Amino acid sequence: MIRGIILLLLALLAPPLAAQDTLPPAPYAYKQLDDPVKEKAAQDLMMTLRCLTCQSQSIADSDAPMAGDMRNQVRARIAAGEDPEAIRAWLIERYGDWVSYRPQVTAMTWPLFAAPVVLLLLAAVIARKRFGREKAAGAKTARGKS
Amino acid sequence: MKHWAIWLPLAMFGVLFAVFASGLLAPADRTIASQMIGKPLPAFDLPQAVPDRPAVSLANFTDGKPRLLNVFASWCVPCVAEAPYLAQLANAGVEINGVAIRDRQPDVAAFLLRNGNPYARIGADDVSKIQFDLGSSGVPETFVIDGKGIITYQHIGDIRPEHVSMILQKLKEAQ
Repeated sequence: MIRGIILLLLALLAPPLAAQDTLPPAPYAYKQLDDPVKEKAAQDLMMTLRCLTCQSQSIADSDAPMAGDMRNQVRARIAAGEDPEAIRAWLIERYGDWVSYRPQVTAMTWPLFAAPVVLLLLAAVIARKRFGREKAAGAKTARGKS
Repeated sequence: MKHWAIWLPLAMFGVLFAVFASGLLAPADRTIASQMIGKPLPAFDLPQAVPDRPAVSLANFTDGKPRLLNVFASWCVPCVAEAPYLAQLANAGVEINGVAIRDRQPDVAAFLLRNGNPYARIGADDVSKIQFDLGSSGVPETFVIDGKGIITYQHIGDIRPEHVSMILQKLKEAQ
């Protein structure tokens, strides 16, 4: 019984059979930058970049080797003084808008940004008309009653 | 309210139902196509992966002859599956330059010994940098590079028997 439990616990420690490389992670995959300001910039960017392997996680959240390699790229480039948005643009150039979690205003996406403004304006116009009419109607009934 | 308007909510429900049902029945395509097709291969210079094959750099793709750039790894299972078809392409006279992703030299050597070595050159990339250069998101992937270093085609996943003639055609088009 106890031996069975120990074997089960050992099985938990066994490496998964799925294909994974055995190389140590890239230098900056799990190591923060020394400069806290730069690390903050890198962290903010990494939270908004999509992992290419596990597609619903950001590279900051993912333990996939490729996400580690992407973090390494991001941190190395930020350490070298590159602007975070330039790094985002570099990745978008290769993988499309898809790789960024922060939507960009483009020829295709501008309606998404314009729609709320248009709807708000429309709502204001409709509300003005409706309430204006009710007020006028209310005034009429009030006059009719008196 | 007009008479027909009472059916509007049901109609909207029907539309939403159709949208969700089609999403469930035909799940979205999750492959990530590279946006680098038609663009020049970015400069790179990788060290040798195994002693019996020279290293790879951008200069090896700009001598006028179209080639394949294949990213693979010894730890990648589909790479084993595509090995015979890469060999078939190599036998047809195609020059294939390989890049081993996040791999160790003895592992690459053992992989090539077991599955054959169709590569003219093999570079080693320990931090997947070449994949970010190519817009590649996994292994294996195969790129057709024309003689001037322009990426003309990306094949995602392992090369299967039905892809061989298509890739030969893409290489011919890149000439």
